Amino acid sequence: MILASVLTTNLAILVLAGFIGFVVISKVPNTLHTPLMSGTNAIHGIVLLGGLILFGFGDLDAFSKVLLVIAVAFGTINIVGGFLVTDRMLDMFKSRPKPRASEQDGQSGSDGKGNS
Amino acid sequence: MSTPLATSFLQSESFIYVLYIVAFALFIQGLRGLSGPTTAVRGNRIAAVGMAIAVVATLLIPAEGNWGLIALGIALGVVVGVPAARQVKMTAMPQMVALFNGVGGGAVALISWVEFRSHGSTYGSHTVLTTYESGPFVEHSIVHTGALPTYVAIFSVFAAIVGSVSFWGSNIAFGKLQEILPGRPITLGAGQQVVNMVLLVLALAAGVDLVAGAHSELLFIGMLIVAALLGNAVVLPIGGADMPVVISLLNAFTGLSAAATGMALNNPALIVAGMIVGASGSILTNLMAVAMNRSIPSIVAGGFGGGGAVAGAVGAGEHQGTVRSTSAADAAIQLAYASRVVVVPGYGMAVAQAQHAVRELTKELEARGVEVSYAIHPVAGRMPGHMNVLLAEADVPYDQLKEMDDANPEFQRTDVSLVIGANDVTNPAAKNTPSSPIYGMPILEVADSRSVIVIKRSMNPGFAGIENELYFDPKTSMLFGDAKSAASEITAELAGL
Repeated sequence: MILASVLTTNLAILVLAGFIGFVVISKVPNTLHTPLMSGTNAIHGIVLLGGLILFGFGDLDAFSKVLLVIAVAFGTINIVGGFLVTDRMLDMFKSRPKPRASEQDGQSGSDGKGNS
Repeated sequence: MSTPLATSFLQSESFIYVLYIVAFALFIQGLRGLSGPTTAVRGNRIAAVGMAIAVVATLLIPAEGNWGLIALGIALGVVVGVPAARQVKMTAMPQMVALFNGVGGGAVALISWVEFRSHGSTYGSHTVLTTYESGPFVEHSIVHTGALPTYVAIFSVFAAIVGSVSFWGSNIAFGKLQEILPGRPITLGAGQQVVNMVLLVLALAAGVDLVAGAHSELLFIGMLIVAALLGNAVVLPIGGADMPVVISLLNAFTGLSAAATGMALNNPALIVAGMIVGASGSILTNLMAVAMNRSIPSIVAGGFGGGGAVAGAVGAGEHQGTVRSTSAADAAIQLAYASRVVVVPGYGMAVAQAQHAVRELTKELEARGVEVSYAIHPVAGRMPGHMNVLLAEADVPYDQLKEMDDANPEFQRTDVSLVIGANDVTNPAAKNTPSSPIYGMPILEVADSRSVIVIKRSMNPGFAGIENELYFDPKTSMLFGDAKSAASEITAELAGL
């Protein structure tokens, strides 16, 4: 019975998270789909936590440890690479909507560079 | 500073849980932010902060150990991941996403493997119900007291299969987009579906056997290998044009497998983040497939492009006509005396890194009073939004970018449509030829404009492998050449006019 509560609680979390994913994402405009894909891609790097948790197990042999180091490295690549790449993509959108009004200085500076 | 009391509070389940809840809120807020161009940068950073909090919370788990190895793994990941993300060209973004997605899937598969090595001996035994409730994060204590519930084995095996498929499938997708592997479909022909089915059944059978209590690590490795073969077998036959949809699908898969890992490890952070990605990835996949008028099952069935080329060749017989070729000088004159020009960029422009050259060209036109806009097809450049990213990089003003629905009505009053490396998304066959494989796909109605200039390397058909009727239209002239040099040549000619 207690077990059922662990499983069912987690299932409830699973289902609700699924709905949140649907609701939040369905509003994104087309132009942001690539950054969005990249951003969600970074978020599933959360598997890193799985590797970290398993490192807490007391009964790991050497081979398991090797596998886990690779898993943690993979998860970290997924996270840092994913967020950085998304940031780079989005930076290009950022100054676009109103470039002149707010960032007069930065804009004229970069214009100067571009013309020279 | 860290009195025992403070330590025990920081490492208490409740505190760790609260940190996880904060992380979820940040993930969701971050994704909401990603829904608008002005809030997207912040959204991404908010999600990254959420991730950092989730990682720190996990490291607080009292049973945590092997700190040196953890540091080693994270350091390796940073050393590889950061330069890769910093240096990748904007045009190579789709394959970079594929690669990052692949390593995520690989991590899931490896984690399941280690889990099996630690707990596999208890799979299939009678569950001792109460032992599992020894604390959400202190799962290892179960090993000493009894067996894991069957559902843990099920989720773990599911994660292993899906993670392995995702890892190998993503690597193949990367190879195809990076042109290490040929972009055309590599297929076993009619036997392909049978092979895929057999592999799937084999993987599932091995999984069921493991859950039922086959305490064999060899069987587990065999299952991972079969799943790896399945990942290869599913993605290899898919043509390059469908690759973004496949990456998106594999992205959703990796999310689901992460959620399954969370179910197996009883970790809410993994469940929530994995499931949100699973759900959002599915939606994105569907949106992309709809934009290309393709169904996800038919994409996964593969072979598109191979079969399409045959059908296209038959269709091309009817439309075969003369193709009018032009020069940069003629194109420059045609553009200079237009009052309205619409640029239709495609993958060819991205590959040639021509966005800056094109921007120079349009600046020159604007200086002459020509009204310029860009018409962006939803899947131009292989991924929704990819073309916007490239053009934004080249400083094209945001308000010149027109989405397909806004751009199409305006082609009729456009003097010159300048198609740069776009092919299938301009093919009138999608509207006029019911037998065409792309019939029904929404296109940019370039053929409605008064004249069309197409910059293209050769008459080779595009990724979908279909002839484009547009090129045989009398009002179309072709400027053969690399998009970047062609655009620069036109700009030079314009300056000399």
